[in-house]
Amino acid sequence: MLVLGPIGFTLPWLLWGLVVLPVLWLLLRAVPPAPIRRRFPGVALLLGLADEDVQADRTPWWLLLIRMLAVAALILGFAGPVLNPEQKPAGQGPLLILTDGSWADARDWPTRTGRIAEALTEAGRAGRTVALVSLTDLPPDGPVFVAADALTVRLPSLHPKPWEPDQAAMVGLADTLPDEGFDTLWLSDGLARDGRADLAEALAAHGQVTAVESPRDVRALAGAGIVDGTLTATVLRARPEIAGEASVVAHGLDPTGIERVLARATASFAADADRAEARFDLPPELRNRVTRLEIAGESTAGAVALTDDALKRRKVAIVSAGTGQEGLELLSPDHYLREALAPTADLIEGTVTDVLMAAPDVIIMADAGRVPETDALLDWIDEGGLLVRFAGPHLASSDVGRDSLDPLLPVRLRIGGRAVGGTMSWGEPKALAPFSEASPFYGLKLPPDVTVTAQILAQPGPDLAQATIATLADDTPLVTRRRVGDGQIVLFHVSANAEWSSLPLSGLFVQMLERLAVTSRAERPAAADLEGTTWQAEKVLDGFGTLGTADDRPGVAGEKLADPVIGPDLLPGLYASGDRRLALNAVAPDRALQRANWPAPVRVEGLVVARELPLKGWFLTVALILLMADILAALALGGRLRGSRAGVVPAVVLGVALALAPQGARAEQDDAALVREAGNVVLAHVMTRDAETDRIAEAGLWGLSEVLFARTSVEPVEPVGVNLETDELSVFTFLYWPVTPNQPAPSPQAYAKLNRYLHSGGMILFDTRDADLAGFGASTPEGKRLQALAAPLDIPPLEPIPKDHVLTRAFYLLQDFPGRYAGPPIWVEAAPADAEQVEGMPFRNLNDNVTPVVIGGNDWAAAWAVDDQGRQMFPVGRGLGGERQREIAYRFGVNLVMHVLTGNYKSDQVHVPALLERLGQ
Amino acid sequence: MTAGAAPSEVSARPAGLRRQAEALASALPPLMAEARHLAATVQLGEHGRRRSGMGDEFWQYRPAHGGDEARAIDWRRSGRADQQFVREKEWQAAQSVHLWVDDARSMEFTGDAGRQSKADRARLLALAIAVLLIHAGERVGLADPVAPPRSGEVQLLRLAQILTRAAGEADFGAPEARAILPGARAVFLSDFMGDPARVETALGHAADRGVKGVLLQVLDPVEEEFPFDGRTIFESMGGSLRHETRKAGDLRARYLDRLAERRARLADLAAEAGWLFSTHHTGTPAQGALLWLYGALGTPR
Repeated sequence: MLVLGPIGFTLPWLLWGLVVLPVLWLLLRAVPPAPIRRRFPGVALLLGLADEDVQADRTPWWLLLIRMLAVAALILGFAGPVLNPEQKPAGQGPLLILTDGSWADARDWPTRTGRIAEALTEAGRAGRTVALVSLTDLPPDGPVFVAADALTVRLPSLHPKPWEPDQAAMVGLADTLPDEGFDTLWLSDGLARDGRADLAEALAAHGQVTAVESPRDVRALAGAGIVDGTLTATVLRARPEIAGEASVVAHGLDPTGIERVLARATASFAADADRAEARFDLPPELRNRVTRLEIAGESTAGAVALTDDALKRRKVAIVSAGTGQEGLELLSPDHYLREALAPTADLIEGTVTDVLMAAPDVIIMADAGRVPETDALLDWIDEGGLLVRFAGPHLASSDVGRDSLDPLLPVRLRIGGRAVGGTMSWGEPKALAPFSEASPFYGLKLPPDVTVTAQILAQPGPDLAQATIATLADDTPLVTRRRVGDGQIVLFHVSANAEWSSLPLSGLFVQMLERLAVTSRAERPAAADLEGTTWQAEKVLDGFGTLGTADDRPGVAGEKLADPVIGPDLLPGLYASGDRRLALNAVAPDRALQRANWPAPVRVEGLVVARELPLKGWFLTVALILLMADILAALALGGRLRGSRAGVVPAVVLGVALALAPQGARAEQDDAALVREAGNVVLAHVMTRDAETDRIAEAGLWGLSEVLFARTSVEPVEPVGVNLETDELSVFTFLYWPVTPNQPAPSPQAYAKLNRYLHSGGMILFDTRDADLAGFGASTPEGKRLQALAAPLDIPPLEPIPKDHVLTRAFYLLQDFPGRYAGPPIWVEAAPADAEQVEGMPFRNLNDNVTPVVIGGNDWAAAWAVDDQGRQMFPVGRGLGGERQREIAYRFGVNLVMHVLTGNYKSDQVHVPALLERLGQ
Repeated sequence: MTAGAAPSEVSARPAGLRRQAEALASALPPLMAEARHLAATVQLGEHGRRRSGMGDEFWQYRPAHGGDEARAIDWRRSGRADQQFVREKEWQAAQSVHLWVDDARSMEFTGDAGRQSKADRARLLALAIAVLLIHAGERVGLADPVAPPRSGEVQLLRLAQILTRAAGEADFGAPEARAILPGARAVFLSDFMGDPARVETALGHAADRGVKGVLLQVLDPVEEEFPFDGRTIFESMGGSLRHETRKAGDLRARYLDRLAERRARLADLAAEAGWLFSTHHTGTPAQGALLWLYGALGTPR
């Protein structure tokens, strides 16, 4: 390949052809254009006239220039010019193929493996040894150079990992590099990373380093959270130069348990912004179902954000004690609950019956005695509800659960409570004992100032220890729990206000509620919260962002989750501990994506080899255009553009040009037609692409229009043919659709338009024009075609027209509806099932709407059709009877149009006597 | 040797006669019909000569003066006045009109396939004026001796037959004036592209015999515009003349000058001989030319 500046030539020897150009110049210049012989009587007058300009026998210089340029363009074109030719220097020695193998590679992984395969093939051809190293999956002891074929086999098992290579891995690789020289091909994911430059320099010390980067931007989701009540996902990108958009999709389970897309939102990047936010405005029910957010079109682990409890806002119902003391806000038990729950849960308040209707996740009853709706509550708990009760004066003074276990209490209670540390009692207020390991509160720090001064006591029993999940320092149960079905009942033995204890005033109260999964955290739990917990991976993400099961993965200590380092032993995914879920995403929320900066010795090339632009086509096009110009110029010069054929050649050229020009003229015509159609009643027929049928349909509608004009106050203008694909249907009230057996079906867009038309009150008269010889739609070709055509239409159930249908009396009183044929009855929208004839009424009160379709086969258009002179185009029947039939056909048309325009007006008229009678009174 | 070249032989054989008749009939009716059609567009006004003379139609009463025979006086008119009047009749003496239609090759030219050739147009005009004249009672003939002037419908057929003959061999034609009767009228239809000296000679002969007439130059619009360009070899229709040019466009002005010069010369010749000259283009309807012809022939002078 010969390279001249930015252009290279694949067949440079063809360029020698350019040498011929001067010779060609001389030749062409010496040969004048051939003369035309003309017979011309006026030659007698020409005799003796000499040419003034001797120069004219030579080809003019500009024509020569055009020809030269054309030939030059041809030669250059066939020499295979290429803009920005890529030149791959053939390397020598071993080759190290390095891939980042991170999630950011996943999106164009096939391209990357293709590039690797190409490099392997090349190396194999050149007999070079190759080592293939993925930075996320380093070989234990440095790269090993083997024959390329051996690696080609391994290539399919190479997958991107859902984590990124860390600095240690890169340093480790730099340390284990062999001493010998080798070239490096680094397929990079294009993200800046600590240690990348160092490794690149270390590699450059051994030989040429070529970095391959995808021209694509890398995008990632940096987690999702609730900001100001809306679900917000942060989208990161690596190339912030220009403004852009990213579509984020929220996946979740629908009520039937099938995963589907729940919502979509767009994050708009401003120019130079490397992050943008996508906001989902979702109702809480829908938001709680969201399991996963994903950047549409990016199948990488980084583009997926799993959601956990942080996104769930539980619906918590507070059933108030109902004492209704005014002005004692701070004494109300509900107040503390509300304060504790409002930031993290959706609160409902009301009576038990009310809140059960709202299907809450949790019902909290503060200081309730006997609950009347026990059965309903029990059913709800059985299905997974969580009932949290607090003690209080009412519960203490009632006899609930004293004699036997109350179904809505976890344990039996002793009569009366106890008070400690008060003015009237001995002893100090009791502090809380540390939570046992079996308790859901295990690990929570006990603030020293939480004390209990009064409580109700549980009846000691064999089950009490098991039911207790928190105790006071003297081992009296403070919180007890009992599981009922899928749900549970939890009783705090203190009141929910600060009367009995300082617990509701402390942060511990909120944490305990959270541990009970009453509330969800607003942010990631701190390391302290996670200390001592063990989490089991439920689902893990692979590099492509696909969720997989994680059955065999060991549990993870909570401390590691507190400050997660995503790596081989901590995969991104969903982790569970008890009832709590924690999502680990591949991209940390505070991560910023940046483009990789490569040190100087590294050659950076794109992932796609075909970035070079072959110019052959362009050159040949230019040559062709020049040759065309030459033809025109030569013709003009030779006088052949004049005379009888003068217009032909420019017309052809102009025609070619016009064929390429955009067509704007039709749009204007359409506008004028639309205004006409919208401002008048226009009968329209569907164009069938059968010229004769269309002609008859148009003539038929013309005839019907004339009749309407003459007999009724409907004054239609000229009928039009409608192309379903291109024309606007909303301006028509009535479409006549003659069905031909070989009619092409409209496109889906046209069907959408038709359905919209039908829904908005339009009517289509389908006419199979076959007199329905074989019974409705049975086996005539038209009938079959009609079924196929009408299948995608949104048509209600049909029935043969009933005797009392409004079509029978919209203008004329009709019993049958013949066209050119007097076939079987027509079909219209079926009457509602509950339509019944009222005593004294001549007909039923039928549909309130215009029937959207009327189907028949009587060839009405032929009966209506008139020619230009107003004569009937087709005979109908015989003699007087036939003319009578034609008249009835016209009347049917009039009724039909009346029905379209006035709906069930005539049906309503039946009430007129009754209305008049009522008015008289 | 062809059958058409020897009419005597042809007429001797019935089959040949019939073929000839059919060939004639195939061309004749359209031409005749067209000529009659064209002639019908010219409203026939007075059939007479618009001057007093021998005739049947009343022309005018004029006061009698010395030399008038007494029987010439119209007593009925004179009885109503003190003066004697003579009743004059319109001169209805038949006039002989000679037509000459150039049948040279140059007349076959047409600049556009959709346009009549000059020869067709000239023949049509000649026959149409013949129709008009014969209907007006004149005697019409050709300038050459084959068809001396006669009146009557049969003469029309004869003229049509002769006019639809094949074209001559010459490239450019020249008028024939020797057969023209003294005092007759003549109509010369040609493109006058040939040697103007011969036209001058013919006009001279005609003028010597007191023949007045009309020169109508029939030209194709292409000849008037010279819309040519580029390297061109121009040839006459018969191929006898040729002229090559490198740049036809440059010749246009000079050609048009020469054409105008030729026309001016023809007009001068006509004026000298007391004839009328005009130019007709085949691109324009024939009615205009026919009207002009009719008017020019009918103008008393």
